[in-house]
Amino acid sequence: MKKKLVVVGNGMVGHAFLDKLVNSSAFSDYTVTVFGEEPRVAYDRVYLSSYFSGKTAEDLSLVPTGFYEANGIDIRLNEKVVAIDSAAQSITTASGISMTYDKLVLATGSYPFVPPIEGNNRDACLVYRTIEDLEAMKEAATRSKIGVVVGGGLLGLEAAKALVDLGLQTHVVEFAPRLMPVQLDNGGASMLRRKIEKLGVKIHTSKSTKIIEDGETARHKMVFADGESLETDVILFSAGIRPRDELAKQAGLAMGARGGIVINDQCQTSAAHVYAIGECALHGGMIYGLVAPGYAMAQVVVDHLNHKPAAFTGADMSTKLKLMGVDVASIGDPHGTDEAAKSYIYENGPQEVYKKLVVSADGKKLLGAVLVGDVDDYGNLLQLKLNDMDLPEHPDDLILPARAGTKPSFGPDSLPDSAQLCSCYDVSKGRIIQAIDEGATCLADVKNATKACTGCGGCTQLVTSVVNAELAKRGVEVSKAICEHFPYSRQELYHLVKVEGHKDFASLLHAHGEGHGCDICKPAVASILGSVWNAYAFDKKNIPLQDTNDRYLGNMQKDGSYSIIPRVPGGEITPDKLIVLGQVAKDYQLYTKINGGQRIVLFGAKLPDMPAIWKRLIDAGFESGQAYAKALRTVKSCVGSTWCRYGMLDSVKMAIDLENRYKGVRSPHKMKMGVSGCTRECAEAQAKDIGVIATENGWNLYVCGNGGMKPRHADLFAVDLDEATLFKYIDRFIMFYIQTAGRLERTATWLGNLEGGIDYLRQVVIEDSLGIGMHLEMQMQSLVNSYQCDWQQVVDDPEKAKLFYNFVNADEKDPEQLYVRERGQLRPATAQEKLESLAVELV
Amino acid sequence: MSEWVKICAVSDLIADAGVPALFKDQAIALFYVNDQVYALSNYDPIGQANVMSRGIVGSIKGELVVASPLYKEHYSLSTGKCLEKPEVALTVYSVKVEGGDVWVS
Ligand SMILES: Cc1cc2nc3c(=O)[nH]c(=O)nc-3n(C[C@H](O)[C@H](O)[C@H](O)COP(=O)(O)OP(=O)(O)OC[C@H]3O[C@@H](n4cnc5c(N)ncnc54)[C@H](O)[C@@H]3O)c2cc1C
Ligand code: HEM
Ligand code: SF4
Ligand code: SF4
Repeated sequence: MKKKLVVVGNGMVGHAFLDKLVNSSAFSDYTVTVFGEEPRVAYDRVYLSSYFSGKTAEDLSLVPTGFYEANGIDIRLNEKVVAIDSAAQSITTASGISMTYDKLVLATGSYPFVPPIEGNNRDACLVYRTIEDLEAMKEAATRSKIGVVVGGGLLGLEAAKALVDLGLQTHVVEFAPRLMPVQLDNGGASMLRRKIEKLGVKIHTSKSTKIIEDGETARHKMVFADGESLETDVILFSAGIRPRDELAKQAGLAMGARGGIVINDQCQTSAAHVYAIGECALHGGMIYGLVAPGYAMAQVVVDHLNHKPAAFTGADMSTKLKLMGVDVASIGDPHGTDEAAKSYIYENGPQEVYKKLVVSADGKKLLGAVLVGDVDDYGNLLQLKLNDMDLPEHPDDLILPARAGTKPSFGPDSLPDSAQLCSCYDVSKGRIIQAIDEGATCLADVKNATKACTGCGGCTQLVTSVVNAELAKRGVEVSKAICEHFPYSRQELYHLVKVEGHKDFASLLHAHGEGHGCDICKPAVASILGSVWNAYAFDKKNIPLQDTNDRYLGNMQKDGSYSIIPRVPGGEITPDKLIVLGQVAKDYQLYTKINGGQRIVLFGAKLPDMPAIWKRLIDAGFESGQAYAKALRTVKSCVGSTWCRYGMLDSVKMAIDLENRYKGVRSPHKMKMGVSGCTRECAEAQAKDIGVIATENGWNLYVCGNGGMKPRHADLFAVDLDEATLFKYIDRFIMFYIQTAGRLERTATWLGNLEGGIDYLRQVVIEDSLGIGMHLEMQMQSLVNSYQCDWQQVVDDPEKAKLFYNFVNADEKDPEQLYVRERGQLRPATAQEKLESLAVELV
Repeated sequence: MSEWVKICAVSDLIADAGVPALFKDQAIALFYVNDQVYALSNYDPIGQANVMSRGIVGSIKGELVVASPLYKEHYSLSTGKCLEKPEVALTVYSVKVEGGDVWVS
């Protein structure tokens, strides 16, 4: 008989608990029932504000589709638990369901505190915690101009960002004399204030609101204790959180003096079979308002259910975040509450950077730190603090700019294996080393294996340095050299080719390489020459560089014959063209198949026949599909608004336009695109390097998806674009990829290895943070202008066509190319069939 | 007893790349590197097709090689040995250049 486990609350921590439980052996001992008050499964509150920059409720979900069903977990949404009887071990819900339990887990989270101010329940006075709150904000914003956030803490500033995104003129009202009073000191807070005010947000500190009443120019008027007032249409309260402990209180469990469900180190409440985790729990007198400690508690309970020793002994509250685009970090105790503590401050007015260190009286240990405007030192400082490491002789060297002298870099080797590098997913240095021992050979592999760097991304720099150091120790070449002939990475070669104007392999090898080249560097350089100069693959001096596919402008099949794939932009083809394809296939006995990219492939073309086959196709209006090249393959499209009942926009035309613009552009690896006419996504555009999906308001752009061996869903990059902006972003995206990617790096891997990830990519492409946007567009335009159909050139030039032969000295068939008839078509004979020479044909 | 057969003109070859040819009834591959001509069998013993002439020519630690276009193993141009799988090798033929023509035996 299985025991019964009931979980109350399906928020971030409640879900993390289930996710961990499912992967542990104790899971098979329990039948699990979950009650959630909200109408949806757990979602990411940390990224709530991205709802206003384009993410949907589904994007924010933390639960893979079908996760609970697949694991046999009974989840009841929209179902609030209203009573616990801890003696009878049973719960009751609002709709009257009663259920007994052997173990109960409370993960009820917290609610936003609304100060008891008269008028706080007026229209458009809101809070910010759930997706329903977001919808209410969105609605209120449509009938408003001005918004005020009450509370200048971490969440308040997040909320202010949301109001700015909604297009409101935004104010922040803070009771304390500075912003983020808990995490920052005066110097850091005033630097933060300066930066935020520059963004057009007005900050009012030392203000206590007395009453909210009817406004004259706006909906409300807030009157402050000092007699001043502020008119606004929307008020958002963000004055702290309070634990949702009402259930526990009713059940008679032990409570903190100011709320919170008291738990011990095993996260048990005063009733041993009831656990509490996350923001509703009070441990050692503390409520932890961050996810990482909640996740740690969830792990402790899972361990406890598995009879493994585990304890929650408190958590570090250091944070690093981006508030309205401003980098802010706080470590340990930044206020120097310890009398004897000493502090060091670095302030750079023009660049708006503020850093402060608090160190112990003997100068040996770091107690706390504040960083505003430049948080690059966060990773190092946090490790010094968490691992109680000794400081260097001059601690201030740690925060001074590197140019002021040599910055003491304590290498990744000085960290103990237990050091936690990624706090979002609790990944230690030891775990990273284990992943490398198990075969990870680059940062992207480590991310996949451990989830490190995939939460807030704050640990990327540190994890990268550990990964590189560990790989180097194992003798893995972390050297970026692409092969023994060039001591450079693909990206460096790209720049050398461009800056020094090398037009062929020999000139580059002479200047920067040694030996003869090989099958790694030659095609890589050929692709770079193609990207930079649109060098034609079939020029005689480029022939030796090309893989056989590029050399003969077809994909070689296992028997040495080639496939013929004409371009069918967007998958749209006329009946006349179809007939030509059929006729050519018939005349040359080619096997015919529709591939995964909405194109028709003719297999089994013999080298000597290829120019003639292509002449017929080109005469019928086809051009090369370049399926052999590292370049754009196809743009898959759905049916779109011209025929489909659901279509919002003409996805087929968009696909054709995309394909015609980017065809022929040589890239580090192949690129695929997809266009869907509505969110039903029939074209599966989110599995492509570039995906475009029509919405009511324009086009949504997705990037860096991948099918194939390592599938990856594309990231939503920008929303509701008009056509011109869409093409502008794609131009920039592709050129930036071409310039910076490694050899044979698909966009998904490239993004995985890109420091700063998708946010950085957005800055470069959308905000043009590097100031290269126009340059990238011009380069793309020049590639587009110099496009030529590879096969057209062969067909037009008898000298080139002459090079397609089986033997330089004989006009004969290849005796190894033998075929067998199957399902009405020819296919290559197997070795066995050749031996038995049964039914084989030489064609 | 080897007998020399004239195959083609040196000008038919492509520098730093391979060209397929017929020697008696055997498919061979001619490579033209550093003003020297190498002749090996065109049959890829691993991929089992006549494709070696379409591989990329290069050097590995100083040794001239051709990479199979099918599965990328490297074969020495002078000995025919496969670097990754020493038990496999391409047949090597003698070559001479006379009066601008390539002869194989
Ligand atoms: C805008 C915003 C930004 C944030 N940013 C960060 C950040 O950058 N870093 C960070 O570490 N943390 C951040 N946080 C905090 C983080 O979201 C919380 O720490 C985390 O969500 C806590 O998880 P939880 O499961 O304890 O609570 P919740 O996620 O709130 O989940 C509790 C769930 O239980 C349900 N529930 C409550 N009572 C009952 C009942 N009686 N019956 C059934 N269901 C019930 C609730 O409806 C809720 O769905 C942020 C929070 C917000 C709102
Ligand atoms: C209400 C929902 C949907 C509608 C109305 C719809 C409609 C269509 C239509 C009209 C086609 C073209 C059929 C044809 O070529 O004859 C199509 C194709 C397709 N749809 Fe959907 N679809 C829906 C949901 C989905 C979903 C959810 C998926 C995937 C998860 C999907 C994947 C596909 C695929 C892969 C194709 C084939 C595309 C190709 O031929 O390459 N569809 N759909
Ligand atoms: S994605 Fe939308 S528009 Fe395109 S075929 Fe599917 S349902 Fe129709
Ligand atoms: S999935 Fe494998 S077998 Fe199929 S076409 Fe691709 S490489 Fe070939």
